[in-house]
Amino acid sequence: MSAWRRARLVRRQEQSRTGRTLLFDVPQWPGHLAGQHVDVRLSADDGYQAIRSYSLAAPTEGDGIELGVQTVPGGEVSPYLARDLPVGADVEVRGPLGGWFVWRPEQRESVLLVAGGCGIVPLMAMIRAHRLERSTAPMRLVYSVRDPAQVWYRDELAGGAAGATVPRIVYTRRAPPGSSRPPGHISAHDLQTPEEAGASPALCFVCGPTGFVEHAAEVLTGIGHDPSRIRTERFG
Amino acid sequence: MSITPGFQGRSHRFEGRLPPGQYPTESFPVLSAGPTPHIRAEDWSFTVTTEGGGTHRWDWEEMMALPQEDVTVDIHCVTRWSKFDTAWRGVSLDAFLSGVESAADFAVVHGEGGYTTNMPLEDLQEGKAWLVHTYDGFDLSPEHGGPVRLLVPHLYFWKSAKWVNGLRLTLQDEPGFWESVGYHNYGDPWREQRAWSD
Ligand SMILES: Cc1cc2nc3c(=O)[nH]c(=O)nc-3n(C[C@H](O)[C@H](O)[C@H](O)COP(=O)(O)OP(=O)(O)OC[C@H]3O[C@@H](n4cnc5c(N)ncnc54)[C@H](O)[C@@H]3O)c2cc1C
Repeated sequence: MSAWRRARLVRRQEQSRTGRTLLFDVPQWPGHLAGQHVDVRLSADDGYQAIRSYSLAAPTEGDGIELGVQTVPGGEVSPYLARDLPVGADVEVRGPLGGWFVWRPEQRESVLLVAGGCGIVPLMAMIRAHRLERSTAPMRLVYSVRDPAQVWYRDELAGGAAGATVPRIVYTRRAPPGSSRPPGHISAHDLQTPEEAGASPALCFVCGPTGFVEHAAEVLTGIGHDPSRIRTERFG
Repeated sequence: MSITPGFQGRSHRFEGRLPPGQYPTESFPVLSAGPTPHIRAEDWSFTVTTEGGGTHRWDWEEMMALPQEDVTVDIHCVTRWSKFDTAWRGVSLDAFLSGVESAADFAVVHGEGGYTTNMPLEDLQEGKAWLVHTYDGFDLSPEHGGPVRLLVPHLYFWKSAKWVNGLRLTLQDEPGFWESVGYHNYGDPWREQRAWSD
């Protein structure tokens, strides 16, 4: 677990104006669980190194790992990864890391995924693992973004990838034309289906920037979710 | 070794104060495993339980009546940020432990919601750890562990349990919450003890 491995950038894909998914080839990647992350290490010519954590966006598939990077303005690492690292060049990764914010295919209980912005990344790994394993556990995604241009994995999500239920997308600043929900932060109404009103058994995974996670987790406890059934991952 | 071509990086400052693999931050990121509990100071209490089952309990007023210390320290999170010169106010663990009879070598710290973290008892003694209620001159906010959190600055910050409400003294070491799911059992930032295998 502690070894640093070479990771070669194979492909970069645009997800939004400032969001990119990056596919790396990591020889002898040991495999990982949906929800885990890696540490990425960059080395400058003078030996200086910077390390940041990035979630794995897809279940294990051979030696390939997918990361999703949202550019933080003025950031040391994210703009370089999202824009500058050339395809074919190497970074180093260490992992998989994290044993708490994970979904295992053998889990049977219903799952509620709540993503804010690039918090979709580890939840996408769960959605994809769910589909890959043909899991029958109910899994729902509520995905909060500022405006329609910020939706990552648009086609895949629209294609019913999230299982039987279509993901609910919540727009906080600007909604698409014709949308009946006015833009605004995620609410109890957004997180609750009529069937689930009252005591809800779902295991919840909430991921995104700290402000989002604080808010969403508070709404979840407010509608009766047991705090011990809510797992959070905060991106800073 | 020129991998990651063209990467420049930026912070060469803080040499000697920045443990390996860390980067300095000015902000104060929040990390926790679940939702933030909101606990009122008047509802808070701290219980020390000995290996024989004896208990010692302090409520908010009793804690505030103990000697208060101002502490300025660097803190290091296992997710790689370090923050310099953080200023806290609180009570040394020595003040809570001084009247406690125990032969234990280990401690399990308890936080609201069932969170636990373990360490050798000596890491909480002799001025190395505090229960803190004030950050930067203000009441400690809920997302940072308010009303009261543990502060053990010489270990990675997951050891500094938020919403702390108890300390259980044990004869044998018992891994806590993160220690059971892959984090290192001790967590020395200077030796980069992040995961089980480090
Ligand atoms: C477990 C874990 C998983 C993560 N997974 C992902 C992921 O899948 N995708 C992803 O894009 N990021 C993820 N992050 C965040 C990532 O590790 C970096 O913090 C982020 O990319 C910013 O790094 P930077 O070097 O560009 O910015 P820095 O140089 O570190 O910071 C520049 C400025 O931006 C602020 N800042 C730092 N991070 C954020 C943030 N997330 N939001 C807003 N402001 C910030 C800093 O306080 C600072 O003022 C994850 C973090 C953790 C702890």
